[in-house]
Amino acid sequence: MGAIIELNNVTYSYPLANECAIKNVSLKLEEGRFYGVIGQNGSGKTTLCSLIRGFAPSFFRGSLTGEVLVCGKPTLDYKPGELSLKIGYVFQNPFSQISGVKDTVFEEVAFGLENFGVPVDEIEERVIRAVELTGISALAEKNPYELSGGQQQRMALASIIVLEPDIMVIDEPTSQLDPEGTESVFEIIKGMKDRKKTIILVEHKVDLIAEHADEVIVLDKGEVIRFGSKDAILSDETLLECGVQLPNIALLGNKLTRSGVPLERIPITEQQGVEIIGKALRTRSWCK
Amino acid sequence: MAFIELQNVSFEYPGGFLAVDDIDIRIEQGENVAIAGQNGAGKTTAVKMCNGLLRPTKGNVIVDGINSKERTTAEISRVVGYVFQNPDDQIFHSTVLSEVEFGPKMMKMPAEKAKALIDYALRATGMYELRDENPYNLPLSVRKFVTIASIIAMDTKALIFDEPTAGQDLNGTIRLRNILGELREKGKTLVTITHDMEFVADNFSRLIVMANKKVVADGSPKEIFWDFPTLLKAKLKQPYVSRICNTLSIGSNVISMDDAVSAVKDGMAAHDSA
Repeated sequence: MGAIIELNNVTYSYPLANECAIKNVSLKLEEGRFYGVIGQNGSGKTTLCSLIRGFAPSFFRGSLTGEVLVCGKPTLDYKPGELSLKIGYVFQNPFSQISGVKDTVFEEVAFGLENFGVPVDEIEERVIRAVELTGISALAEKNPYELSGGQQQRMALASIIVLEPDIMVIDEPTSQLDPEGTESVFEIIKGMKDRKKTIILVEHKVDLIAEHADEVIVLDKGEVIRFGSKDAILSDETLLECGVQLPNIALLGNKLTRSGVPLERIPITEQQGVEIIGKALRTRSWCK
Repeated sequence: MAFIELQNVSFEYPGGFLAVDDIDIRIEQGENVAIAGQNGAGKTTAVKMCNGLLRPTKGNVIVDGINSKERTTAEISRVVGYVFQNPDDQIFHSTVLSEVEFGPKMMKMPAEKAKALIDYALRATGMYELRDENPYNLPLSVRKFVTIASIIAMDTKALIFDEPTAGQDLNGTIRLRNILGELREKGKTLVTITHDMEFVADNFSRLIVMANKKVVADGSPKEIFWDFPTLLKAKLKQPYVSRICNTLSIGSNVISMDDAVSAVKDGMAAHDSA
């Protein structure tokens, strides 16, 4: 299958910056897959998102070498606004995303569709579905600025889901959410994936990336240092040296192996942990 | 009397929304407490009453022996410092340094003492090298450390951190752990709101759980993380290692990696001898 997003030798620096925010990055992302982007703060995750949705360099300016292709076409060749039909972007800080011109959550979620010129009946229907899906129906009449951080994050997600873009770029959507809220956001994202959307998710909660993503992209100082299978990447303790947390289950697996408990491989999810550690428990040590 | 006491405290926001419903919390001087619970459970409202940002609409809040009703917010904030959940609600200076200097200046501290404290606060939080930056040029997760430094510089007896773990990466979480450790050694009373159960298990010996405007549990993480009715009521999850041990029926009070390793080894030994 062809790549829906392709970066060829991309190097990018913000205006007036001494260092490149992204260095020599080449990636091919396939349609309908769920990519988890991890790396320590300042490693270039949000900049990568901005490059994919064309905001770097069209909005931020700065200098770009190499090319970023979305559906085979360089982002630089898209007309302003055209890319936003294809790519939905959920901001890291929901406050930066709120339009500021709408008085209710319902109108805020409808804002994008209004701008796209969608008929009113259809807007209503789609907004109702989006606020239900994100669990904010009860807040529909509230002012966006009266919501808590967690509620704003759900509204920000609803505002993008409602647009049904083919590609969703989501930047740390759960930082303000409690564990249950976090799980529900991942359920929503899973639903988007089931509808064949391509998902690019920046997230520090690597346990949930291990659970839900198809592949993982690890950034360090602007470079992609790992890309591919989550099982191989997320069980590798050398990532800790790059300031990247591993899933708790992988940490436990590595610790068990070091202390002499034989595991057939390092688990990265709870379910794998139960299976693999369970198997070790059932193996008599004299069998080996 | 405990250092911070909330006695039958309720809080109703103007307009009639009840956010905290008849809670009792006692925190001794030098104690370190984590508070967990769902969004909207009343955690932030409860701690804002501890430093006078909010006044209880029922009951009493006693801080360092004095009822909060008898003191101004400015007075209480000299005893209990509060680090806001959203750093942008707190920061209003154009450099990190001037932001951190503000508290000691307002408290009219002697210049030398102020300088030493500001220096310490900047170094403890890793903000020293960034002191001339505009806070808004820093990422949100780093901006949080600017607000933490501002409160540390005030040298209050108690400090409250509202969701400091949100959005932190591995190094940010380690830095937080070190900050809490240093403050603990200085004998500070610390209250930390967090959604990160691993952070609670690793750093605290006391956990207060809030759900639906009330305190529903108050005890050690070891007890609470294996108290399933409470976890269900507060919609909290066990730490990952506890979940694995629970599913495998090994170790009924595991909350740390080390505990889990021992539980697995014990489980294997038991199987060998069976």
